[in-house]
Amino acid sequence: MPNLTDLSLLEAASALRKGDVSSVELTEACLERIEALEPQLHAFLAQTPDLAISQAKAADQRLQEWRKKPEEPLPLTHGIPVAIKDILCLEGIPTTCGSRILEDFRPPYSATSVARLIDNGVVILGKTNTDEFAMGSSTENSAYGTTHNPWGLDRVPGGSSGGSAAAVAAHMCFAALGTDTGGSVRQPASFCGITGLKTSYGRVSRYGLIAYGSSLDTVGALTRSAADLLPLFIAMAGHDPLDSTCMPDPVPEINLDDGNLTGVRIGVPKEYFIEGIQDEVETAVRSAVNVFEELGAEIQEVSLPHTDLALPVYYLIAPAEASANLARYDAVRFGPRRKSEKLWDQYLRTRGELFGPEVKRRIMLGTYALSAGYYDAYYGQAQKVRTLIKDDFDTVFKDVDLIACPVAPTTAFRIGEHGDDPLAMYLEDVFTLPANLAGVPGMAFPVGFDRNDLPVGMQLNAPHLGEKALFQAVHAYQTQTDWHLRKPDL
Amino acid sequence: MSLTVDEVRHIANLARLQLTPEEERLYAQQLSSILESAARLLEVDTSQIPPTATVLPLRAPLRPDIPRPCPPREKMLSNAPETEAGMFRVPPVLE
Repeated sequence: MPNLTDLSLLEAASALRKGDVSSVELTEACLERIEALEPQLHAFLAQTPDLAISQAKAADQRLQEWRKKPEEPLPLTHGIPVAIKDILCLEGIPTTCGSRILEDFRPPYSATSVARLIDNGVVILGKTNTDEFAMGSSTENSAYGTTHNPWGLDRVPGGSSGGSAAAVAAHMCFAALGTDTGGSVRQPASFCGITGLKTSYGRVSRYGLIAYGSSLDTVGALTRSAADLLPLFIAMAGHDPLDSTCMPDPVPEINLDDGNLTGVRIGVPKEYFIEGIQDEVETAVRSAVNVFEELGAEIQEVSLPHTDLALPVYYLIAPAEASANLARYDAVRFGPRRKSEKLWDQYLRTRGELFGPEVKRRIMLGTYALSAGYYDAYYGQAQKVRTLIKDDFDTVFKDVDLIACPVAPTTAFRIGEHGDDPLAMYLEDVFTLPANLAGVPGMAFPVGFDRNDLPVGMQLNAPHLGEKALFQAVHAYQTQTDWHLRKPDL
Repeated sequence: MSLTVDEVRHIANLARLQLTPEEERLYAQQLSSILESAARLLEVDTSQIPPTATVLPLRAPLRPDIPRPCPPREKMLSNAPETEAGMFRVPPVLE
């Protein structure tokens, strides 16, 4: 047997079933790897070894019973060690959102996505680093220090789900949960050379996901392949009475055996190959498109004409929603308090001192966009242009089944490279924002490496609730290529 | 579009954020440049375009109205910075 942490999730699931390995052994292997690499990477904000071992022991016991009755269904996630982005509630375990304002907050309940994974037998290793309240593209906005990219320790892992991406890429865990409001699963997956799914808006319950931009927030997952990702999606997706935005539509059965893409129509939007895109990103994405063509897909150029407006639309709508969502941090019911004699001063001091710079910037921007006299001009106009962006996708999806494009204009940038220039950081999201504004799903996956040996990612987008086509296409690509099998030297 | 330090102060107050004078100057400059970059958005003719507040079809799902147990009070108070007699304690709101 190879090093246990080098198994794929599916290989580990199969070894567990056969009894070749126990969940406790897998868990201990992951915990050892975390211990060895965490000083270099800082992927975790909290580790939960005791919880992990007790969950692993319970999983092993269930496996022993199952082997007597192997005809009973057993989820592929059963006994698999995973990590959870520290913006999803896990009952009793500190959940900080990368913010001082939630330091030591212990949620009284678990998020539905997390609870469903637990019901499906996963082992939870810990909570992963994130930009504060998921606002950022590098994890540099975490109040608890940045995560380092396993492919280059002086590089960012992307963000905001950068801790999850680094942990999966470094084989510290088999899978991790992330969230994607403007690219926060896909961009770190791309920067870390792994596979990441942004689910359709409304596909996975957001109950227990600490809110940022409520019309955009989605729960997703990160793994080392599409095939590994599928069991997590199946475990999490589907209606939840605790989230009225979670769609009642049934989750389709998804069969990955068929690697044939004959007849699948893939559109390549011309607006995504703009000036400023790194040569190697464009080259790798275009050659991946050729692989899809060899697999039988029909490729055509398409146009999403309002793409360049996605950035200003997003950076008005998301901050506006954030300014409302983050009003709850009032130092009354949870979080540390900057004590003052008057309630008013206590609000001002607690929020002024404990929110980080990017969070304050977005709250200010959103408050401005919603304030009297500016609401129609900014927030209202952004909502109308959002309609145009969504219409672009609706129109193109009449002609194609999938849209193929880069995830980010460049590979992972250096820690500190964007310094104090928020606009330069926002530009990193230019290719991922449109899918959130349109509510469609997207999957990022590795399609090459640049001259610095940093991964290049590409994404496919599908129509709303069309995750099945994403899994099938990316899996087909990964049966023909081995970019996703590369492992960083650590 | 540019924001003055006074406007920044006003917004910060609406958002209940105490800023240092240095932060006020920095945000005035940064928010101005972010809004400037959004200027092209304001030029789009949207007179015939409805706004999108959600991408989901409008629905009003209802669940059966059946009472179920609440989490215990101690649990819901356990994260509070200050409590008294089973309640959240705050400084006086009225003089």
